[in-house]
This record gives sequence, structure tokens and C-alpha cells, in this order.
Amino acid sequence: MPKDHGVGASSARREDIRFLTGGGKYTDDIVLQGQTHAVFVRSQVANGVIRSIDTTEAAAMPGVLAVFTGADFVDVGGNPAGWQINSRDGEPMKEPKRPVLAHGKVRHVGDAYAAVVAETEEQARDAAEAIVAEIDEEPAVVDMGQALEDGSPLVHDEIGTNQCFDWGWIEDNRAATDAAIKNAPHVTTLELVNNRLVPNAMEPRASMADYDPGTGDYTLYTTSQNPHLTRLLISAFVLGIPENKLKVVAPDVGGGFGSKIYHYGEEALVLAAAKRIGRPVRWTASRSESFLSDAHGRDHVTRIELACDTDGTFLAFRTETMANVGAYLSNFSTATPTFLHGTLMAGNYAVPNVYVNVRAVFTNTAPVDAYRGAGRPEATYSLERVIDMAARELGIDPLEIRRRNFVKPDQFPFTSAAGLEYDTGDYGALVDKLEEMIDRDGFEARRRDSAARGKLRGLGVNTYIEACGIAPSNLVGVLGARVGLYDAATVRVNATGNIAVMVGAHSHGQGHETAFPQVVADMLGVDENSIEIVHGDTSKIPFGMGTYGSRSLAVCGSAVVRATDKIINKGKKIAAHMLEASEADIEFTDGQFSVAGTDKSVGFGDVALKAYIPHDFPLEEVEPGLEETAFYDPANFTYPSGAYACEVEVDPETGKVTIERFAAADDFGNVINPMIVTGQVHGGLAQGIGQALLEQTTYDADGQLISASYMDYAMPRADDVPFYSVDHSCQTPCTHNPLGVKGCGEAGAIGSPPSVVNAVIDALHAGGHAHVTHIDMPLTPARVWSAINT
Amino acid sequence: MTQVTMTVNGKPVTGEVEGRTLLSDYLREDLRLTGTHIGCDTSQCGACVVHVDGKAVKSCTMFAAEAEGAEVTTIEGMGTADGGLTVIQQAFQDHHGLQCGFCTPGMVMTAAALLEETPKPTEAEIRDHLEGNICRCTGYHNIVKAIMAASGQDVSAVAAE
Repeated sequence: MPKDHGVGASSARREDIRFLTGGGKYTDDIVLQGQTHAVFVRSQVANGVIRSIDTTEAAAMPGVLAVFTGADFVDVGGNPAGWQINSRDGEPMKEPKRPVLAHGKVRHVGDAYAAVVAETEEQARDAAEAIVAEIDEEPAVVDMGQALEDGSPLVHDEIGTNQCFDWGWIEDNRAATDAAIKNAPHVTTLELVNNRLVPNAMEPRASMADYDPGTGDYTLYTTSQNPHLTRLLISAFVLGIPENKLKVVAPDVGGGFGSKIYHYGEEALVLAAAKRIGRPVRWTASRSESFLSDAHGRDHVTRIELACDTDGTFLAFRTETMANVGAYLSNFSTATPTFLHGTLMAGNYAVPNVYVNVRAVFTNTAPVDAYRGAGRPEATYSLERVIDMAARELGIDPLEIRRRNFVKPDQFPFTSAAGLEYDTGDYGALVDKLEEMIDRDGFEARRRDSAARGKLRGLGVNTYIEACGIAPSNLVGVLGARVGLYDAATVRVNATGNIAVMVGAHSHGQGHETAFPQVVADMLGVDENSIEIVHGDTSKIPFGMGTYGSRSLAVCGSAVVRATDKIINKGKKIAAHMLEASEADIEFTDGQFSVAGTDKSVGFGDVALKAYIPHDFPLEEVEPGLEETAFYDPANFTYPSGAYACEVEVDPETGKVTIERFAAADDFGNVINPMIVTGQVHGGLAQGIGQALLEQTTYDADGQLISASYMDYAMPRADDVPFYSVDHSCQTPCTHNPLGVKGCGEAGAIGSPPSVVNAVIDALHAGGHAHVTHIDMPLTPARVWSAINT
Repeated sequence: MTQVTMTVNGKPVTGEVEGRTLLSDYLREDLRLTGTHIGCDTSQCGACVVHVDGKAVKSCTMFAAEAEGAEVTTIEGMGTADGGLTVIQQAFQDHHGLQCGFCTPGMVMTAAALLEETPKPTEAEIRDHLEGNICRCTGYHNIVKAIMAASGQDVSAVAAE
């Protein structure tokens, strides 16, 4: 029987009620007395020198309160990269300043160089159109290969190159990997593109700032996945407002997928503007602005080689990748193609040699940073495509070649050739489960049925491993992170027994408000409905690094567990006093503190009340109150893994691909709320299918973004995807966090693209188009048709 | 400025609007009915769907002045008389048909209009009808399932949880 409450129960989401009734409170829903409106003026050219900006007419227009240009921010700091990467030769990465507003030069279409604040949004927009900027357009560079050529236009003249870094991982493995490939009986080589995507959370970015001249306090409401990180960046790097004078609130946030991890210049602008005009300043992006200015994702060009024996035993993987970072370094942009990508290039496999080279490249395009999966989808796609190709060349079943090379269950903990220590896993069990799910025996009959209708059916599979629970601070510190990646929680038990849990993670769809109480309720033996989660407000929460990298439960949830443990320990002290027993003799089970070996006990609620009415406390031994905080820093990443299968139909007449079936078997370790976990996988699958078949961010050669709206950028719609078959019953719990959880938020997006592409290649081969060995994503009808017909 | 009068969620409202004011902006900014969301600027995403005279309409495709005399229902007007969830809203919660909640009001309004016209839609009909509503979180599985369940169809065969 499924559980009906606590850990393991599919508790209905309590946050749903407000979202289903129009009661959600998103940033753009907030109204402050006297609020004003900001509109940004954005570059229409990809590369240009700003000769002059005339704001005279705009400043005189009705309702206009202030006009800002880059000149207003030359004395404040830049928005920094959070991760220091060194090139193979030891040189630190190139790190040009990213200003609040562009000054001197604009570097991509959408680069904001001015802003107007007015009484109404319409007045601000009208005035923005009256700003006259003289910008000398210069040749832009969009293509990474061209950007690395001598004589290319430079995105940042002052650094003299478009190469941000040239990174090798692991440098000590390089010679052995080269030798293994040189001497291998079989080498499969694949050149592929991991297509550039726009995260497209349905809520556009928005910010509202308020300044209190009486106290000097600032408040920033903003669409953030991690309000404390935003505060830290603004305080320490950009505006220098001390943390204790800046409150950052991320209320309900309509999806993030990575794009709302980062601090953006618009947040700093509204803060500065609120102080200058003494009134709240509000800004909400249009969707067009989001396309132009949100951090994009992926955008790798990769050459991967797989060396193997004739029996399919993997001997080495060698990868050369160009990773687009766009015009400026966004906060996680240097970590994503390196330590979230290169370290995963051994996959699920006991391969002895791995070497990865990544060159990060500046181009005149929007910044590129972590998008759902962040580096791990790129790693998985490269590996699982080249493995599929090798299996086909060697005539080995695609699941069998993977099984032969898996890290075996008795090899854990296993240090991969890419340097990570996988704690647990059972990849064979996942493939067994997958085979149960997909009715492989019935596939040939389905293929014949498709053929009878003139369609080509294909089956594609892949496995994946990811590193989640980001991240162990001591490890990432060695790797160049400039922040720690722990998390924090405070558990406050109020006098009447209800509980508030302040968490550093932020929920923007993940259901923390429901799932976290399930954990605390089980530990304390109380009703989960008596527990409230407080998130998204730096003034209420001790600290936190937010939600990304499938980290909320594994890292912040562990902090919740540690804080709750402290509550229980404090409760034991109070109970010992109440029961006139020794603290060492107090046991806590099912919400009752009892004296071991006796029938003396006191309930959790009575202990809570006593904590706040300490009339007879031994105050030297026990403080009043029942509130505890814990910071939790993980010992290692967590390693979710999975085996996925996709069945497609290809129409050879049109090239259109239809997803007929999709099955995902995942190992997330222990699961707190299966309903929520399943939903997370569903969403990731749609994003992965979107990447594989539909989504393409396209700049033309001049740097114009020609896919800047939902009319031009193909988002997955309901009729592009099937009902998915999802299973997470294979569970090898994480060994180093107290919940044994691994994280589930990104799996679907990481694991699904290779299955889709593998399935299409399989369909084409079965249909007599064996010359097609690869098609780059997205597999649009035009691309598939062209591949068939060349 | 133009004076506009309409009925919103059963209550008569009158206001002054600019000719260029969209119905979506009027609902959100003037009436503070912020459950109607703006997710795009090309009438593609469907987060702003409301009912105008009983029909599902993207409220960003109409000027407020065009709704003169109309009966408008927004997500705030969708609950039961006693403040509870309607069958559709309840099905979305029961089947985890929402995550971040941003597209949800538009999904609910679109689903309600569908079931009004097609009481027992097939999976294909539902997916087709949702063509104008984008969700980035759920992968649509549980939205389609919720709408099928709300129409009284057995969804136990649709994959679990």
C-alpha cells in the first residue's frame, strides 16, 4: 500500500490551492505605494561602439522621473563569474567586466545601455523610444569557430582574444588517453552540436525595488531561484549595499530552469533608481526581452572519440568541445561547460581513460549559462550518441554494449576516470527495469505496423549519470568555485506546537512547501499540516544557496534534518527536566519523549509549550525557546542515474518525427514524494524532447536573434509529447546525506535527448537509409528529410 | 481615455482606459485580478486565457474597450460558491497538473471551455485543444490526465502517480 503521509507518500501539494485560484503572488503581482516603472533600452546591433546617448528629449517627456545610462554605473562593480577556471597552460580565464548597463560598447542584441523610469510603464516606454543613441555598428562574431580565428572581430577588445579559457580535464590522463585511442582496434568519432536553447520559464523575469531613506534599507523583490546569492552578488560585487541593508525577496516564481539563478543588471538598476527617485521602481520583462537578455543554455560544438575493443569494451573517451559563453560571463557560465560537464565524461562506465578539452568562447550573443541539467546533458548526449554509433558499427545490441561497460554494483564507491567518486548505483538493474517497461519483444510487431502505414519506427536507448546535490564546498573550492555550496535551515517550533521551517532552497514549482514538511513530520511525529515552509526572503531565512543542480532536498533537505535533530536534542533536555530524569535516559519516538524502561512520557507539544513558559527551568542548563539552525555542506555530489528509451515514428515523406513512447527508469535514491518526483521527470522529459526535436536558438551572421518569440522558437506543446512511462523503484540510496536522496529535478532533461536521436537513427537505418549516421538537434522535419535525401 | 463597463466575475465594473490598454492589463493592473498572467507578447502562451461571454479568449488579444458590456470570468471567478475548488481545479491538484503555477490559470480556463463544448474529450482532442497553452514545467502529462479525470473518464491506465 502506498503511504498516505510522511516520507514516501504522494501528499497533495498544498501550494496548488493558491495557484489554482489565482492567488499566487508573483513579483509582477506586487504593488507598492507610489510605484514607478522602468523600461530598458536595448541594443539592436550585436557589436557597436556607443558614440553618444542623448536623453534630453526623453527626460523631458510626461511622467519621466529619471533616465540612466552606462555612465551612471562606471563607478560600481561588475557582475562577476562565480567560478575561476584556469587554462591548460595555467593562465587564469579571461574575465571582462559585466556592467549594470553597457558603457562604451554594446556586445549583443538586447544588451541594455539605458533605462527610463516613469510614472507609468507606457510613459517609460514612450520615453525610451525618444532616447537617441549614436552607435557605430561593427562586424559581429556569432560562430565559435570564427571567433577563435585570427583577425576575428573581438567581443572584448581589451582582452585581445575571444577565447575565455582552454581547459583540460584531467591533464594527467591526457597522454594515456591519446595512447589508448592511437592503439585501439576500433575508434568511433562523432562531431555533434548541442543546440543552443532558451530556458523560457513561463514567468518572464521581473524586479521591484524599494528604498527607505529613513533607515537606508533596500528591498528587492525579484524572480530568483536563490535570493541570498543575488543579495551576495549585489552586496559584495555590484552596488556594495551591505547585506544587512538589503532584503531580497523571491516570492512565487513561475519556473526557473537555471535562468533565474543569476543576478542580472536589471536588478541593480531598479535598486539604484529606487534610491535616486525615492520611490519603488518596478520592471517586468516582455517575452521578447526574455529571449534577448535571459541567459541561454547549452551551445556546444563537440568532437568525441570512443576507443574500444572489438567486443565493445570501452578503452577511452576523448572530447574536444567549444562552449559558447556569449558576450559576458554569467555567474555559473564557466563552471557549466567544465566541472559540470568534463567530470561526467566517463558516464556510467568503468572506462579507464577519459580526457576532455573545453575552449570557452566569447561571441556577440546573449550570455550562456546553466539550463536544466547544465553541462550534464551535454556530457550525456556526447557519450550516449557515440556509444550508440559504436554499437551499430560493431554490431552489438545498444543495451548490451552499455551493460558490458557499466560500473558494476560491487565496484562502488567507484572513482571514475573523470575524477568523481560515485557512491552508489546499480546501472544493470535500471536497464532490467527499462526492458520491463518498454515491451521490447513487441517492438518488431509495432515496427511492421508502422511500415504498413508507410512510417519508419525506431527504438533508441541510453543511460545517464549526473552529479547533483551541488555541491561539496571543499571540493568545488579546489576546482575554482568562489562560493561555498552548502545550505541552511532553521526549524522554529512555536509555543503551541506548530512549526515554521525557514529554508535556503527556493521553490518555483518543485513542491518544497509540501515535501519538506513530510520529512519534518516523520522525524517529529507531528501532522505535516502543522508545518509551514518559509522560503524566498533573506530577512526571514538564515542563509541559503538556493535551488539548482537538483540540490534542494539533498543539500537543503539535509540541513532541515540536521536542524530537526537539534530540535529533538533540545526537546530531550526539556523533557528530562519535565520528567525529572537524566537527559541520557530520554528516548524520542512517534512524537513522545519517554524515559527508557518506564511508562513516563511527555508529548512533543507539551515540550514545545514548556520551552516558551520556562517558569521552573534550570536556566544554567536549558535556554528557553525551541528553535534551531543548521548549515549542511555535503561530503560529495550525489549521483542519480537512469536508463531511458524512446520509440519514434518517422514519416519518410516529410521527415516529421513523432514520439510514440518514452520510458524512463531512474535511480534517485530514496524518494520523499513520488508524485512530485514523477512530475519533475515528466517536465524534464518534455524539455529534452524539445531540445531533440523542436528548440533552436538562431542568430544570423550579423548577430540578430531570429528566434526571439514563441512564433519563431518552437516550444514543446501538448501534442508534441506522449504520455510518459516513468519509474523510480530502483533505489540505491545516497550514502553521505541523512535522507539517502540523490535529486530528481534535472534527470529528464539530461537523459532524454540521446534516446530521441538514437531512435531516429535507428528508424532511418531500418528503413534503408543506412548512410545517415547522425543528425544534429533539433531533428526538424527539414533536417530529417534532408538527411534521408542526400 | 475611454470609459468601459463590463461584468467581471459576476460584478459590474467601470473604468477609464487608454485605447491601447489590453484586456489582460486592465484585469491585472486596474482590477488587480493578478491570477491572469502575461507570459508572452505574441498571444502564444495562453497564460492570460479568460472567458468572455462564455468563450475562452486570450485576454492579451483584446483591448479592454472591446470588452464593453461583456461578461468576463477570470481564474478568480472559477471557484465553487462556497470558496472551494471546482471539479477541474480539484483534478489539477489530484493529478499534479501544475508545478510553478504560472500557466495554470490559463490551463484551467482553457480546460473549462473545452469540457463545456466536449464533455468527454479524447487524449488527442485534449492535446490538440491545448495547442495555445504552453507549460514549461509539467511536460503536459498530468495536465492531460487531469482534464480527462475532470471529464469523468477513468485515468487509472495512464501511467502512475
